[in-house]
Parts: sequence; C-alpha cells; structure tokens
Amino acid sequence: MNRILKSRAFKTSVIAAAVIGVVGVAQARDQIRIVGSSTVYPFASYVTEEFGAVTEYPTPVIESTGSGGGIRLFCNGVGEGTPDISNASRRIKVSELERCLENGVDDVTEVKIGSDGIVFAQSSTNEAIELTLEQLFLAVAAQVPVDGELVDNPYTNWSEIDSALPDRDISIYGPPSTSGTRDAFEELVMETASDEFDVYGGEGYTDVRSDGVYIDAGENDNLIVQRLSEDTGAFGIFGYSFLAENPDALIGTAINGVEAEPETISSGDYPVARSMFFYVKNQHAEDVPPLYDYVDMFVSETMIGEGGYLGDLGLIPLPEAEREQTRQKVADRAQLQVSDLN
Amino acid sequence: MSHSFDEISAQLRGRHRKSARLKWISMGALGLAGLFLVLFFADMLNKGLPAFQQAYVQVELEYNEDAASMGRAAMDPEVSRVVSRSFERLIPGMIRDNPDLLGTTEQRWVLTNGDVDQYLKGHRSKLSEAEREVVDELVDSGQVALKFNTTFFSRGDSKMAENAGIMAAAVGTVMTMLVTLAIAFPIGVMTAVYLEEFAPDNRLTQIIEININNLAAIPSILFGLLGLAIFINFFGVPRSSPLVGGMTLALMTLPVIIIATRTALRSVPDSIRHAAFGVGCSRWQVVRDHVLPLAMPGIMTGSIIGLAQAMGETAPLIIVGMVAFIPDVGASFTQAATVLPAQVFTWAGEPERAFVEKTAGGILVLLSILIFLNASAVILRKKFERRW
Repeated sequence: MNRILKSRAFKTSVIAAAVIGVVGVAQARDQIRIVGSSTVYPFASYVTEEFGAVTEYPTPVIESTGSGGGIRLFCNGVGEGTPDISNASRRIKVSELERCLENGVDDVTEVKIGSDGIVFAQSSTNEAIELTLEQLFLAVAAQVPVDGELVDNPYTNWSEIDSALPDRDISIYGPPSTSGTRDAFEELVMETASDEFDVYGGEGYTDVRSDGVYIDAGENDNLIVQRLSEDTGAFGIFGYSFLAENPDALIGTAINGVEAEPETISSGDYPVARSMFFYVKNQHAEDVPPLYDYVDMFVSETMIGEGGYLGDLGLIPLPEAEREQTRQKVADRAQLQVSDLN
Repeated sequence: MSHSFDEISAQLRGRHRKSARLKWISMGALGLAGLFLVLFFADMLNKGLPAFQQAYVQVELEYNEDAASMGRAAMDPEVSRVVSRSFERLIPGMIRDNPDLLGTTEQRWVLTNGDVDQYLKGHRSKLSEAEREVVDELVDSGQVALKFNTTFFSRGDSKMAENAGIMAAAVGTVMTMLVTLAIAFPIGVMTAVYLEEFAPDNRLTQIIEININNLAAIPSILFGLLGLAIFINFFGVPRSSPLVGGMTLALMTLPVIIIATRTALRSVPDSIRHAAFGVGCSRWQVVRDHVLPLAMPGIMTGSIIGLAQAMGETAPLIIVGMVAFIPDVGASFTQAATVLPAQVFTWAGEPERAFVEKTAGGILVLLSILIFLNASAVILRKKFERRW
C-alpha cells in the first residue's frame, strides 16, 4: 500500500513537472519585453501603448524594475527569457556593461531620449525661496562641517543655515534609498556639493540624515505631493513632472539661481537634472522582428521632439542636435563600447 | 451563610456594572470600526464614482485620403482639438483594414481628451480660456456630454487617463484565480483528507501540521520570492503570466484551504464514519461517499475566503512581474497580464490628476467583487451547514 502510494506520488510529481516544463519551451516572439527604470516607465509605456494601437504587433510588455534591476536582467544573457530593452534613468555603469559582455550581450545600442529634473518644491501657500546646492546639502546631509570639523547635522531651522533663509523648521519629504530619484539626488546634489567642502576629502558624501528631519516618503511621488499640501511648512523632493502636473498646489525652488523649467533642465543649466536612456539588445533584432520598429517610433520627432507627446507627460526634450544624434545612432545600430562610457 | 442580603446585592450591582461597562466598550470598538469603514467607503465613492462617467464628443468623421495617414484630418479642426488621441490614432488603421470607408462620412460619439473630461467634472484641468469656451459651446449644443464610461469596463490600461480601463486587469484576475483554484483546491483538499482521515498520528504528521499552520501566517511576499526562484528561474514558466501568478498565489492559498478543509472534516461526527464502516464500506468509500459530501459546504466556504484573500494580494505578484503595463485585453495563461489590485497600485502612482478617480474606481470594483465573494461564502455556509 505504502509503496503504491509512494510510486503514485512520484509519478504525479513527474507529470506535473513535465507539464510545467512544456509551458516554458522557447518560442519566437512578436512581443517585445522591456524592463528598467521607474522614471522612464511612464514615457516608455506611452510608446508601447501607441505601438500596440497603431501596428499589427502586440503591445510590448514593460516592467518597472528600477534602472539597476533592469540592467541586471538585461545583462543576464542573450535569448528567450531575457529582456530586449532596458530603460535607465542614468547611464549604464562600466561594471554593468562589463557584466553584459561577459554574458555574451556584446551588441548593445544606447539611446538617449531626454532629460528629467528633480525638483525641491513646497506648498504654493508659501513664498518661493532660493537655495544654493550647498545650502540644500547642509539641510539633508547626516554630518556637516562646523568650524572645520564633521559633526552630526545641527541645523533644524532654515535660518540657521543662512540668515537670509526664512525662519522655518527644516522638514523634507523625499524618496527612500531604493528609488532612482534618490540615487540621482545623491549624485547630483550631495556628491557635487560635498566636493566644495574639504572635510569630506573629495569623496562624494551621500549619507542622508536620519534624525527625523528628512522623511522617507515612499516610492509613490503622489503621496509626497499630497503631504505637502497638508504639511505646508515642509519641502518635497520628486521628479519635475509632478511639479508640472500640480501648478496650483506646488511651487518649485530655484537652485543656484536657476528655476526648474523645461528649458533650463534641457540645457543642463538647472543643476539637478539627469538624462534618460534605454539600451537595445541588437542580438535580439532578428528573433523579435518589431524591435527596431518600436525604437524608431520612440525616437521619432512626434514622441521625443519639441511639443511631442512625451513632453506632455513631463519628458524634457533634448536639444535638436542631440535628438538628431540619437536617431543617427539608432539608424546605425551603434554598438556601445566600454570606452564610450568614460 | 456569612454574607448578608445587602452585601450580596451590592456585589451583584458591581458585577452588573462591570458587565455593562464591557458591553459599552465593545460597542464603542465596533462603532469605531464601523465609522472608519463608512469614512473609507464615503471617500472612495466620492472619489471613485466620477470614474464611471466620461466625457464623449459627437464628431462627424469624413474618411478621406489625408485621414489615411493622419487621423486628425477626418474631423472638423475645431472639434478635433477635444478628441482623445486614443481614438484619433486608430483612424488610419480603420481605413487600412476597411478601404470601403474612403469617401464615406459617419457620425460617432468618441472619447474626449482627459482635460475636457476633468473640466466637465469640475476638477482642475489644463485647458486654456479659449479652449474652455469651445468646450462650453459644444456642451450647449449637445455635442459634448458626460456619459456612462464603457471604456472603463472594456479596455485595458492606458497612459491616457480617458482611455484607461480595468478590463485587462479583471481578465487577468480571473485567469490567475482559475490557476490558483485548479492547483490549490485539489491539492489542499486531498492533503487535508489524508491528514485527517488516513494519516497515523505520529511525530511526522505533527511536524507537518505545525508547518501548515505556520505557512498560513507567512508574509505573502516570501511566496513571491519562492515563485520567482522555483517557477520562473527553475521551471522557466513565463514571467508576468497568469500561470506563474496563479501558481504563486496557490502556494499562499494552500494552507488556508487545508486548514478550512480539516476543520470541516473534523466537524463531521464520527458516528457517520462508524455507521459506514459498520455496513462494510472501505475507508475510501467512507470518505468519498459520506464524509466529503457532508464537509463540502465548509470546504467551499474556506476555499472562497482563501481565494478572496489571494485576489486582493499584490506583494508576491510584484516579484513575479505581474505589476505590468497591459493595454490589451487578452485571455492567455502564458502572456503577460496584470490583476486588479496591481492595476490600482499602478494608477495610484500616476502623476496625472485624472488617475485619482480611476484609482478609486478600481478600488470600488475590487471591493464589490470581494464583498460578492465573501457574501457568497456566508450564504453557502448558512444554506448548507448542518448542525449535529
């Protein structure tokens, strides 16, 4: 009795495993698979939707995994089960590209699609203020220099940082450390500003204070926007599109004297701006026929150009010459080399 | 008898006071919970009901040569400014698929763009003064109106708020739940039958029992990690598919079904088993013909509750890639899909204000389904339950 049961259980498991195995068998596909940055996600999903609606191909599948997570999946190898495109809100790192090459992903085209600014905004019931990068850094860093010594951040009021700033408690809602916006903020604000102070020894200092002044507000930028309209004394850190969507509720802060506006972000004058990219696996171009149709649609003027559809969603277009360059790279299927990244 | 009558009645009064106090405290707790529920529903209804209406505009479509390449050309330029791009971009395809259309005209109600919709609903919109006047005129002439939002119930996700719907997510939920049920129900019931009716009571079965109870309390995200490691990475089940989502949720639902089934089996009195054995039934016949049918209502109730729990789950599905952007409504077990709570999650993160009502609308739909499921579990139990 026991033996039969055992052998039956065994057979059942074998059949179950076989059924599951069959499902996973590779198939040539019409459906593009995209992974990557949550910042690029809204733009990319707009293009995928358009692509599904106006071509006979199915809508590409797009997953928001974060830039780093996306590139890791992308570089896992070539073939079924690996994504065709990875979106990134920063450039691929040398170490990541090297891992790609090790795994046989050696024909990658880099496509730059536009820029995005990170804003430091507050409720529109307040007066707008101006900050320098250093002042912003002093408000959020865990340790700051006082009389040439690094001490735990003592500032709790803006006027303590600079007497010209308003007499208001410092309170900042920002993205958590898992977020791409946080990565960019650390790089563009904290690393840059900490270079100005000798005490950090020239190594980018990116520790954010954890004494309750900087509040992790979760990945959902909408929550930060909502909190700012209730907590009118606070500031929030998020992507430019959320400021653009809520002009009645929020006002931005000029950084180093430059307001966050499409023109200043695109030209790079606004100091807290970053470029957005996606990476195409050319080795998949044959097995996934619609791949370059999608890429062509993405880089077309109606999408990423001035007044293009992605502009309505908050993408800041590249200058015209750079857009041309992007399209040229796509047409050439330009192969990204490690040496390009430096 | 050392207590006087007065002492006893004083003691009695004290005891009555205590029990009255307990009653008030528990009623207060219930009232508070009820208040939160009412507030939550009121907020959701207030925010979500506008999602069931959408602004439509009546346009005269003139299928000409220009429209075959640029959809806008088929419409009056004044009116075309309020028409959603989600419709406009389909016109060239319509002409391509059906060349007979060329040269004909047609009256049709189509979606307006999201800003017009938000303007009509009295929300903030990005329309300029001039555009508002155009819209006001069209409203007066009856060419623009709020109508029941069929798009919301027939389309998938979209980046254009006016074109976004929950159908793709609803279909995804159904497919995922089918997989979950197909795996968790037979395995769960059979496990429970074995443990309850066949297994000897020894160390091994006790360990299994403890583990099953433990599994029911594990944070659901761990099942997602398990699903990723085993189903996707080892067996190669397609990522983001209802198949892998359903299998992952089945892991989560299994302990619930096992525990519910065991309770139901245990509530069948032993006299039934003894009587069946007495007339010469084998163990298998006793279970199949007597115990299982009597326990079925309890098993069904437990399974429905387990399923409802799985239906509201998002965390494990994020890990297996089911929180994806799915504009096409398609019923396939191996293609990428999303589910209702994941859809709500996605919409909640959209910067556009018009998605606030979509989010609340999605929550209302999800809640109605859950209430329906839980109510049917209660009704099943009330209708078929037998007391011994």
